[in-house]
Amino acid sequence: MTKIALNLITGRTIQQGVAMEGGKEKDAYTKACGIIEMDISDLKKLGAWRNTNVRVTSKHGSVVVKAIEATQGPHPGLAWIPLGPWANCVTDPNTYSTGMPTFKGVPIEVEIAINEKVLSSVELVQKKCRGEI
Amino acid sequence: MSEYLIKNGFVFDPVQGIRGDKADVAVRDGTIVDNVSSGAKVIDAAGKTVMAGAVEIHAHIAGPKVNEGRNYRPEDKLFTYRPKGKGSRMAGGFSIPTTFKTGYEYARMGYTTAMEAAMPPLFARHVHEEIRDTPIIDEGAYPVFGNNWFVMEYLKNGEIENTAAYIAWLLRASKGYAIKVVNPGGTEAWSWGLNCLTVNDPVPYFDITPAEIMTGLMQANEYLGLPHSMHVHQNSLGNPGNYTVTLDSLKLAEKIRPNNKFGRDTVLHSTHLQFHSYGGDNWGNFESKSKEVMDYVNKQKNITIDTGCVTLDETTTMTADGPFEHHLTELNHLKWANIDVELETGSGVVPYVYSPDIKVCEIQWAIGLEIALMTRDHMRTFITTDHPNAGPFTRYPRIIKWLMSAEARKERIESFKHGAKMVDATYIAGMDRELSLYELAQMTRAGPAKALGLANIYGGLAPGMDADVAVYNFNPERSYKPDEIEKAFSAAAFVMKAGTPVVVDGEIVSNGNKRTLWVDAKTSENPQVMRDIRDKFLKYYSVNMNNYDVAGHFLTNPRVIEVDAAR
Amino acid sequence: MTKTVTDVLCPFCGTLCDDLEVVVTDDGKTIVDVYNACAIGAEKFMHAQAKDRVKRPRMQQADGTYKEVSYDEAVEYTAQMLANARKPLMYGWSSTSCEAQSVGHEIAEKVGAIVDNTATVCHGTTLIAVQDVGIPSCTLGEIKNRADRILFWGCNPAHAHPRHQSRYSIFPRGFFTNKGHKNRKVVVVDPRRTDTAKMADYHFQIEQGRDYELLSAFRVAIRGEWLPDTVAGIPKERIYEAAEMLKSGRFGIIFFGMGVTQSLSKNHNIDNAIMLTKDLNDYTKFSIMAMRGHYNVTGSGQVMGWQFGFPYATDLSRGFARYNPGETTSNDLLVRGEVDAVFVIGSDPGAHFPISSVKKISQLPSVCVDPHITPTSEVSKLHVPVAFVGVEVGGNCYRMDNVPIDARKVVDPPEGMLTDEEFLTRVNQRLDQLMEVE
Repeated sequence: MTKIALNLITGRTIQQGVAMEGGKEKDAYTKACGIIEMDISDLKKLGAWRNTNVRVTSKHGSVVVKAIEATQGPHPGLAWIPLGPWANCVTDPNTYSTGMPTFKGVPIEVEIAINEKVLSSVELVQKKCRGEI
Repeated sequence: MSEYLIKNGFVFDPVQGIRGDKADVAVRDGTIVDNVSSGAKVIDAAGKTVMAGAVEIHAHIAGPKVNEGRNYRPEDKLFTYRPKGKGSRMAGGFSIPTTFKTGYEYARMGYTTAMEAAMPPLFARHVHEEIRDTPIIDEGAYPVFGNNWFVMEYLKNGEIENTAAYIAWLLRASKGYAIKVVNPGGTEAWSWGLNCLTVNDPVPYFDITPAEIMTGLMQANEYLGLPHSMHVHQNSLGNPGNYTVTLDSLKLAEKIRPNNKFGRDTVLHSTHLQFHSYGGDNWGNFESKSKEVMDYVNKQKNITIDTGCVTLDETTTMTADGPFEHHLTELNHLKWANIDVELETGSGVVPYVYSPDIKVCEIQWAIGLEIALMTRDHMRTFITTDHPNAGPFTRYPRIIKWLMSAEARKERIESFKHGAKMVDATYIAGMDRELSLYELAQMTRAGPAKALGLANIYGGLAPGMDADVAVYNFNPERSYKPDEIEKAFSAAAFVMKAGTPVVVDGEIVSNGNKRTLWVDAKTSENPQVMRDIRDKFLKYYSVNMNNYDVAGHFLTNPRVIEVDAAR
Repeated sequence: MTKTVTDVLCPFCGTLCDDLEVVVTDDGKTIVDVYNACAIGAEKFMHAQAKDRVKRPRMQQADGTYKEVSYDEAVEYTAQMLANARKPLMYGWSSTSCEAQSVGHEIAEKVGAIVDNTATVCHGTTLIAVQDVGIPSCTLGEIKNRADRILFWGCNPAHAHPRHQSRYSIFPRGFFTNKGHKNRKVVVVDPRRTDTAKMADYHFQIEQGRDYELLSAFRVAIRGEWLPDTVAGIPKERIYEAAEMLKSGRFGIIFFGMGVTQSLSKNHNIDNAIMLTKDLNDYTKFSIMAMRGHYNVTGSGQVMGWQFGFPYATDLSRGFARYNPGETTSNDLLVRGEVDAVFVIGSDPGAHFPISSVKKISQLPSVCVDPHITPTSEVSKLHVPVAFVGVEVGGNCYRMDNVPIDARKVVDPPEGMLTDEEFLTRVNQRLDQLMEVE
C-alpha cells in the first residue's frame, strides 16, 4: 500500500467555523473538518482520486478523513486538516514546557483507506477515549 | 443604628485645626457626629494617633496599562502572595498588586479614598471593572484629555464652550471624575513616533501647542466649574533640564481664576513633580532643581502639586506618556509594552530599578523629599509616589519616616554609593526640616480632599463628614526611633470606612461597601458637539457610539458629584 | 412584524464586531435575521434558537448514554465534584462574559483549582513571549486611521477573522488613510497561498516551521546587513525589498496567529516578532497585535490578571496563585495525570485538545457547561446547557486589542435555562454550605 510522508498543519476555515456554530454533532461539521487538503501533486503520488477516504497516521495516533484537493494551494509536501477532533487524533501533544501542543508541523503518513468510514466527531472522540479505535 | 466612639486619641485634623489634642471622635451610621449615646461601641485610641482616612490623589491602580503590567510581569508576584483570609481574597504583587491587594494594602495604611490617575476613555469599562474588584476604598478615575482629537480641534479654534460640552459628555460617558492631561500633544505625536518636548512644540497635523492645550483645558475646567482642577503631567518628563518646561507649564495658570462651588481655590494640579524638577543637560551633570520649582510653587497660590517620591525599589513604570516609556526602554533595555489608543491617548509600561547604588536614582530620591520639605503651604502639596512609577504606594510609611526624621534621611544618604556626588547635586543634605504629623495630615488628608472638591466629605473629622477614620500605634508625645514611624503607619491599629470597621490590628476584618465617584456636569444642549461626536464615531472610532458609554451596572455604589454648568 | 436590535456585539471571535443588527419578531422572542455579521457570526445567531437545542442538563449513565437531570442536580454534582477534588482543573472561560469568569474565579479560589483559558492552545505562547520582551501595540482604530504597512504573519483572517480586514486592517478609510486599501501595502507570510495571501501585495510562501529564521532575517535586512541567498525558502532579494517597504511606511502593524504560536518554535517565534517590531521603531512607527481567537479569551486574561496577577494557567491549589506554563497548563496537567476533576466552560477541549488529553477528561469526574452538544459534552459526566452570551444574556467582553465592549441581550434564553453566571453563582453558594460543614 502506497504511503506518502507529508508535513501536517491544522487551523481554522470559514466552513469549520460555520459548521461548528451549527452544531459539532452534525454532518456539516464532519464534512467541514473530517477532511485533509492535499496538493494535487501529492494526491497523484499517493495514487488517490479526489474525495477518497485516507488514513492519516503520526507518531501520536491515526484517523480516517476524506482527502480533497487543496483549496488554498499549491503547497506540495504540506497537508492541511481543519482544527477539530480529526486533526487532534494525530497532532503532537508535546508542549516542550510551553503548555502549547504542537498543532502545526506534525510529520504524517497518508495512505488510501477507501473502505474505512469517516466517523462523526462525537463517535470518533468517544471511541478513541474508550480505546475502541 | 450603629454608633462608635473613638476615645482619647491624639487627633490631627486640619479641617477643625486640631493639632494633636486628645479628643474623641463620634460616629453614627457612617457619619462623624458631635456626640453619641452611651450605647456606642468604644474604640480605645489612648496613646495613639488619630486622623481622618487618607486620600490618594494620584495612583495607577486600575485599568489597561496597569493590567498589562500585571500580566507581563509574573515575576512581580514572587514571594508576595498572602492566602485568602476569612473575609479576604488571596492577594499578591509587589509593584503592581492585584486589585484585592490594592484595596487591602491601602486600607491597612489608613487610606480610604483613591483616585485612579489616568483612564483612557475607550477603556473606561475596564477601569470600572477593576474598581469594582478593589475592596474597601472609594475610588474615582481621571479620563485623559490632553491628546484627544476633539479637544485639540476645538481648542485650535478657541472654542471653549464646545470643549466644555465635550468634556461634560465624556465625563458622563466614561463615568470619570476630572480633566487629566498627560504629556499634552506629545502622546498624539507618538502615534507617529514623535513627541512634544516643550510647551511650544506643535502637534503634528493638529498644529496646536501643549501650552494652548493646557490653557484651553484650564479655561474649560473653570467654565464648567468642576470639583477638581485640571490635573497635569507636563511634557518632557524624566529628562535632565526639564524644570524649564515645568515652569513654563505652571506659569500658564497665572491668568486663570478658579470658578466652582466646591471650595476649590486652585486651577492647576501638577502631578509627580519630582520627575519634572531636573537640572543639568545629561545624566552626568544631572541635578536637582527642586528649589527653583518650589520657589515658584510657594509663590503661586492657585496651584497644587503632588510629590512623586522615589522609594528606591525595583518597580514598574507606567504612564500615558508613551514616548517617555519608549525612551526609558532604550535607556535600561527592560521589556517595553506600549498601547496607543485611537483618537484619545496612548500609554507605555517599562520596569525600572531605582538603585541606591546609582547616582541618578539617589538624586531622584532626594528631589522628591526636597519638594515636600520646601513646601510652605502644606494644604497645596500632597505626598505620592505616582504609584507604581516612583515606587509602590505601600512605601508611603517609609516616605513619611524620611519626611519626619532628618536622622533617617542622613542614614540613608550615608549608605549611598555616590553619597558625596549626590549631595553636591541636591539640597537635601543641608535640610534638617522635619514634617509634623499635622502637616502630614494636611498633605495626605485635608489637602487632597480640598483639591478634589470633596472637602466636606473626606479628609477631616468634622461632624457631617464621612466617618473615614484611621488610628495608628504611634504616640506623638513619646520619643521614638524613625523605624517606629514606618512600622506604625504600615499597619494601622484601627481603620473605619464610612462607619464600618475595616482594619483591626493591621488585619482586614471587612470588605466594607466601597463607592465609585464620578462627576456629572450638566451643560446646555450643544447640537454641534453632538454632531461632531456622532461623526467621529461613524468615521474614525472602531466601536459604535452606542457601545461606548459605561452603563450603570458597571459602577459599584455610584456617588455622583453633580455640577450645574448650564449657561 | 419585526423590529431591529442595533449595535449588537458578535460573540464569536476576537474581532468583536459591535455593529451587528439583529431582526427579531415584534414580541422580541424570535431571531429572524442578522445583518453585518460574517457567515460564522450569522450562523451563531441563527442557530441559537434551533429546534434541537439542549434545554436541560444531562448526566452520563453507566452505559454511556445521557439522561436529563434538573439544574439542582447539576449544581449538586458540580459542587460536590469541586469540593471533593484535591486539584481540579477549571478550563475554558473564553466564550463567556467577564461577570461569569469572575464568579468562576471565586469558586476556583475556594476549592483550590487551576484556572486556565483557551490561550493555553492559542496565544499562550504569545503571553510567554510578552512576559520576556514586552509588546508595542495599539488599538484597532489606530490601524484604521493611520496604518499603511500591514503584515499578516502566520494568520489567515479571511477565514478566521472574516471582517477584520474590512473593519480595521485593509479596506477602511480612516482619518489619515482616506484612500483605504490603496494607501496600504500588505505582506502575508504563510506556507500556503491562503485567501488572505491572494489579497496581498507580497506573499512569502515560507517553508513551514521556519518562521524564526525568517523573522531573524527581517531584523538583519532592516539593518542592511549580510544575508544568505535564501532564508526559509525566501530569496534574500525579496527579504531586503520587503524590509525597505516596511521601513518606508508611516505606521506599520504586524498581525500574527497560530502559524507562529503553535509551530515548533512557539514562544520564541513571537519573541522574535516582537523584537522585530521594536527594531522597526528605530525607523518608523510600528506595532504588533495578536489575532486572538475566542471573543472573550482576552477578557479571561484580563480578569485573571487583575484578580490573580497572571493571564492564564493559574494554579490556586496551594492557597495562593502560582503560574508556570508547562507545569500549570491544561494539556500538561492532563497528560501527566495531575488533576482529579475537570470543569469545562465556554470552550471545547474535546475537539481542540490533542486526543490524549481528551481521554484523560473522559476518565475523570467532569462537567461541561456549554449550550451546544460537543465532543467535550459527550465524554463528560455532566453536560449543563446555558444561555448564549451576546445573544440571550449580556456581559462584558474584551476585543483582541483589549478594548472592552458590553455584549447585549437580544432575545430571552429558552424557558427555565440558566446563564453561566447564574449556574456558577448557585454552585458557589452550594460550595459555601458544603465547605462550612467540613
